[in-house]
Amino acid sequence: MIAAILRRILTMAATLLVISAFVFIIIKLPPGDYLTNQIMELRATGDASSVAKAELLIKQYGLDRPVWQQYLMWIGVMPGSVGFSGLLQGDWGWSFEYDKPVADVVGDALWLTLLINLTAVVFVHLVAIPAAIYSATHRNTFGDAVVTLLGYVGLAVPGFLLALILLFYANRWFGLSIGGLYDSALTNQPWTWDKIRSLLGHLIVPTLVIGLGGTAAMIRRMRANLLDELAKPYTVTARAKGLPPVKALLKYPFRMSLNPFVADIGNLLPHLVSGSVLVSLVLSLPTVGPLLLEALRSQDQFMAGFILMFVAALTLVGMLISDLTLVWLDPRIRMGLR
Amino acid sequence: MSALLSIEDLAVSFRTDATPFEALHGLSLDVLRGRTLALVGESGSGKSVTAQAILRLLPTSATITRGRILFRDGTGETDIARLPAEGSAMRAIRGQRIAMIFQEPMTCLSPLHTIGDQIGEALRIHTGADRRESDARTQDALARVGFPDPKRALRTYPFELSGGLRQRAMIAMALILKPALLVADEPTTALDVTTQAQILALLTRLQEETGMAILLITHDLGVVANVAHDVAVLYRGRLVESGPREAVMRAPGHAYLRALLHAVPRFDMAPGERLTPIRPARAEIPPVQEHKPLAGPILQVEGVSKTFTLRAGRIWQKPRLVHAVSDVSLSLAAGQTLGLVGESGSGKTTVSKMIMRALEPDAGRILFDDGRGPRDVHTLSGDALFAYRRSVQFVFQDPYASLDPRMTVRQILCEPMEIHGVPAAERKERCRALMAMVGLEASGLGRYPHAFSGGQRQRIGIARALAVEPRLLVLDEPVSALDVSVQAQILNLLKDLQAALGLSYLIVSHNLAVIDYMADTISVMCRGRIVEEAPRAALFRRPVHPYTRALLAAVPDPSLDHPLDFAAVASDLNDPTRWEAPYRLEPDEAGTMRAIEAGHRVRFGGATEAVAA
Repeated sequence: MIAAILRRILTMAATLLVISAFVFIIIKLPPGDYLTNQIMELRATGDASSVAKAELLIKQYGLDRPVWQQYLMWIGVMPGSVGFSGLLQGDWGWSFEYDKPVADVVGDALWLTLLINLTAVVFVHLVAIPAAIYSATHRNTFGDAVVTLLGYVGLAVPGFLLALILLFYANRWFGLSIGGLYDSALTNQPWTWDKIRSLLGHLIVPTLVIGLGGTAAMIRRMRANLLDELAKPYTVTARAKGLPPVKALLKYPFRMSLNPFVADIGNLLPHLVSGSVLVSLVLSLPTVGPLLLEALRSQDQFMAGFILMFVAALTLVGMLISDLTLVWLDPRIRMGLR
Repeated sequence: MSALLSIEDLAVSFRTDATPFEALHGLSLDVLRGRTLALVGESGSGKSVTAQAILRLLPTSATITRGRILFRDGTGETDIARLPAEGSAMRAIRGQRIAMIFQEPMTCLSPLHTIGDQIGEALRIHTGADRRESDARTQDALARVGFPDPKRALRTYPFELSGGLRQRAMIAMALILKPALLVADEPTTALDVTTQAQILALLTRLQEETGMAILLITHDLGVVANVAHDVAVLYRGRLVESGPREAVMRAPGHAYLRALLHAVPRFDMAPGERLTPIRPARAEIPPVQEHKPLAGPILQVEGVSKTFTLRAGRIWQKPRLVHAVSDVSLSLAAGQTLGLVGESGSGKTTVSKMIMRALEPDAGRILFDDGRGPRDVHTLSGDALFAYRRSVQFVFQDPYASLDPRMTVRQILCEPMEIHGVPAAERKERCRALMAMVGLEASGLGRYPHAFSGGQRQRIGIARALAVEPRLLVLDEPVSALDVSVQAQILNLLKDLQAALGLSYLIVSHNLAVIDYMADTISVMCRGRIVEEAPRAALFRRPVHPYTRALLAAVPDPSLDHPLDFAAVASDLNDPTRWEAPYRLEPDEAGTMRAIEAGHRVRFGGATEAVAA
């Protein structure tokens, strides 16, 4: 068991290394970089002092060196102008666009992103699981048809459109303010009770919007899985023992139908960061998604590189979590490891 | 003797898209206290519906339309048919007073929960026992059904157990609360013969100990003859015959039961006697084709071995080796049938896969003669291999899983011909000929497999195998997934086709009666080795090896004059170290095959070598 986990962690490290190379190559594929583009622009306007400053930055970050050297410096196995300072040392680099360290730019956005999306995930499960169980056990009834219809509507409506509509009516009917994650007046305030309350109020619309598509998809899949499991003989065995229906359902078929969803955690985590870009833009949520988009467009390489690496790491961690959970949940997999 | 359960005029009907389908039309029968009632019938006769109605576990589309199910437990009398299916009164009966065991012990146990948890559950919900008490009583129950190490068994999962032990666990689960009635729905159909005999012996013993009544649902008249006290025969939802076993089996009054008795292979059949299918099929057997006789056997397996490596759990452990097949030799003459018998895990499927060249043997060779002299199958490549693939075809056990549900029968039959370059015009013609050959209408060509019954699907499977005019068919348990009423049809069809087309068959099965009916020569496999091989008549006349004798002794015979010796089947005879001398093998000992009469060879252990020397 422990050997298996160690093996997994080693492969994860190797995978991350390969991904970092790909990320760097992709970022470097378009000609030039943020600073050379900037310098060209500045030369055109004739701002000599800014040009000198930009050239200084180029030297400092080794952007004049060959690409492979830049890569090694970025991941932190080759000394740059200030010694070893890369991802391995915990230095995420400098955002040229914001003229701040990447860590400072991303900092707040990162945990707000996780907060919003985790709320959405919890929402998805809280709504989808009971709905799916109801739908599967009341197959082909009116209630099932209603759940199914709502599910299809949820699948078909684009998130950003729903966001716009909800924003309008939430503001009109309930006086919820539009956009952002807290009142704009509180932006640079310390975290007080008021700010947290404001945050919770602002979370409602994004949670609904981001979660709806996922909820609909999950209801459909869970219902199908459960229907398969309900037809299995062990469900009949449980009832033949005299188990009450709800307990028989939750202990046997429901637990069996969970496996594919646990296996999905690996895909869920990176989705938390990159999944809601469009909705974030529409609702002007201060999340990582729009930052990544902007960084890629302006070739702000360390910024883009960090976010992409973060998503990759999340994917791997998610896979590890889902595998470990599966091992814990399913004795067949546990025994397979032995 | 008073009736524990009386079914009176019970009718069950299923909602369908068209008119409601009535599965039971007014069934009446009594299950007597302390006795076993066997409910016999083919699939669709309503026997499982009866069981489900007794426990009120009918599918939601089914309703009890009339009749009573009177359960006389203790002093009172309850009409089960009147109780709400999910009400507390019904739940108190289920699992506590009436328990049920099913056909497939693997799928009836949840793979995610330990068997200790699943067995003790009934106890916890009905008596409110806590975990410690339920574990203690579960351990007792496991010991009673013959688990070797009941304490450890509490923590094992179903997939860690053999089929026989799983069914024992199911029985322990059903009997832990000492129910008054046990409903057993085909409890041994999915098991090997020796395991079947052990489970039947166990049920008989437990009935003597507890005095419970058993409602045994089965299609196997051999099982009926051995364990039932009373017999009820169902046909299309109606009771056609019932009474004490002696009366019913000795003098079957109804034509249907007589037909059923003649539709299954038996050991006391006269040489050349044919099975009589319940419903005759009209297959157009093509005229006899003459093949150029071969100099030697068409298929020869010489000393083939196969070892599988299981991945080691820990990095520093050596990988475990499983010797699936050790030094197996077989020989099949053209136009003949070779039967390969063994229990699950004996390696017979691995051998057939190596013959199909789906697996590479580690040692030994497989020679096939297509008329141009024997050639080693595993050295073939390119065109020669392609031609070999055409000459050897496979018929699968499960006619449901082996046909692609998204292809029409025409597509299924044409695919092998397309692969082997049969021109399109000829393909069309041949499809019709193939359908006629296996006794199906040509109009079925445009339909999908789900439109056909199990027996018809197996015919399609056979037609597909014959599409490219093979020389050798490998038949892997060709009838074990089929209903009794159609087994005879399929076996007769295979025999007729063999005679007409000059085919050679390798038939792999654990059903000795089927092998007896089909095969010319028989090889018995145990633990990856051949232990006895002989012409059919010799093997059944004089089985020598203890394993062969155990297999034969475990087959329940429909005749009341040959009851199973339950005491003899109790011991595990697939362990070579427990065979009597001179057949006993030490662990990892190969032993030697020696002829005891012409064509009859038996594996002897090394101990006799020493004596001889």
